[in-house]
Amino acid sequence: MSKYLLNKFLFTVDRDADLVERYRADPVGTVAWWEAEEANRLLNCVGAEKSTWLAFEDEERAALAGHDYPKLFELGAHPFLTLTLFIAMFERDHEEPLGFQLEYARKLSHFSLPYPDIAT
Amino acid sequence: MAEVVAVIASTHHPFYYRASTSTGEDRPPFADEWVRKVEAFRETLTRARPDVLVMVGSDHFHQLWLDNMPQFLVGKAPVYDANWYNEEREFGLPRMRLQGQEDLSAYILREGLDAGFDLAFSNELRIDHSITCPIITLRPEADLPIVPVYTNIFAPPLPQPKRFVQLGRTIRQLVESWPSDQRVAVIGTGHLSLELGGPRQFGPHGPDPQFDQKAVEWISSGDIEGCLAEVTLDSLHAPGNATHGFMDFMLMMGVAGEGRKADYVDTYDLFHTMEAYFTWYPEARR
Repeated sequence: MSKYLLNKFLFTVDRDADLVERYRADPVGTVAWWEAEEANRLLNCVGAEKSTWLAFEDEERAALAGHDYPKLFELGAHPFLTLTLFIAMFERDHEEPLGFQLEYARKLSHFSLPYPDIAT
Repeated sequence: MAEVVAVIASTHHPFYYRASTSTGEDRPPFADEWVRKVEAFRETLTRARPDVLVMVGSDHFHQLWLDNMPQFLVGKAPVYDANWYNEEREFGLPRMRLQGQEDLSAYILREGLDAGFDLAFSNELRIDHSITCPIITLRPEADLPIVPVYTNIFAPPLPQPKRFVQLGRTIRQLVESWPSDQRVAVIGTGHLSLELGGPRQFGPHGPDPQFDQKAVEWISSGDIEGCLAEVTLDSLHAPGNATHGFMDFMLMMGVAGEGRKADYVDTYDLFHTMEAYFTWYPEARR
């Protein structure tokens, strides 16, 4: 399990307007590029000081590449990060106010307490 | 010595700015009453005539991140830029810029460390809506210098609830021992029951109205002991998956003091979450 890396993807994409659009338009390509180029970048350091060990597990990569937010919830990705990024990508496709947020809740309605652990 | 002229605890609702500034068809039906309540709440700070604001909030994965996560952090900088691209995007929040009260930051850090709190610090902190929402609601002129205090209610492992209360008590003592003639208000924001990114989000009310009722009673009566007897890191999952933000209210109860009834209490039942506003005037009770 690499919950930390799932969160790192969501965090670094959500804060970059261009990456938000790129992930919306091309999730498979964006996840592959990110894992190859960005996953091991230490955020507060120069590029030469990369980490050497971070990689997604198959189901994590598939969940991100499939925009599968219920699966991300199940895997313990931080719900705030997932929600914020997915609102940025998909709220625009819904006409009613909160339309996407309510659909999001419905798609998670099979979860009951305790929710998947989000500790990293 | 400095004087604590008001202690204020509030929910922070990032949708208030857009709701209160929208007009015509865009203005939601609940906006007018919300504005009325917020303006009445604002008056409780205005009449305390503060010179400095100590602002307690929690970064929402904006600057503080999992590779280097502090539990309690005090900003010590002359200036704080505020609000982030994704807050502009989702909530329509404006970019802001606040002055820092750097000497009080330095005092809280030094004395806080000596009092047993290993506080982290930041000399370049861009603050987020946990602090700018109460600036917008309570002091929209944004003209007073601040000391930001960030708590981790967001990325487990979290400190225990009692630690939030203890930090609140310590902040109160430190501000009151600060060698200065400034009038200080301590303002902190958190949440009642709240769900974000889970199946109970964005319902017609907060996810757990019963918890909200109990929480408002604890806060308004200053019942720290009763609150600590029931609230644990585990228990806070039940009312909603983002309810650990309630611990910032517990911190503010620590600032206000055990058994201190709030002088002003108001609530507003909105979709998604209940708004709650509390003010204490320490000087009036001396």
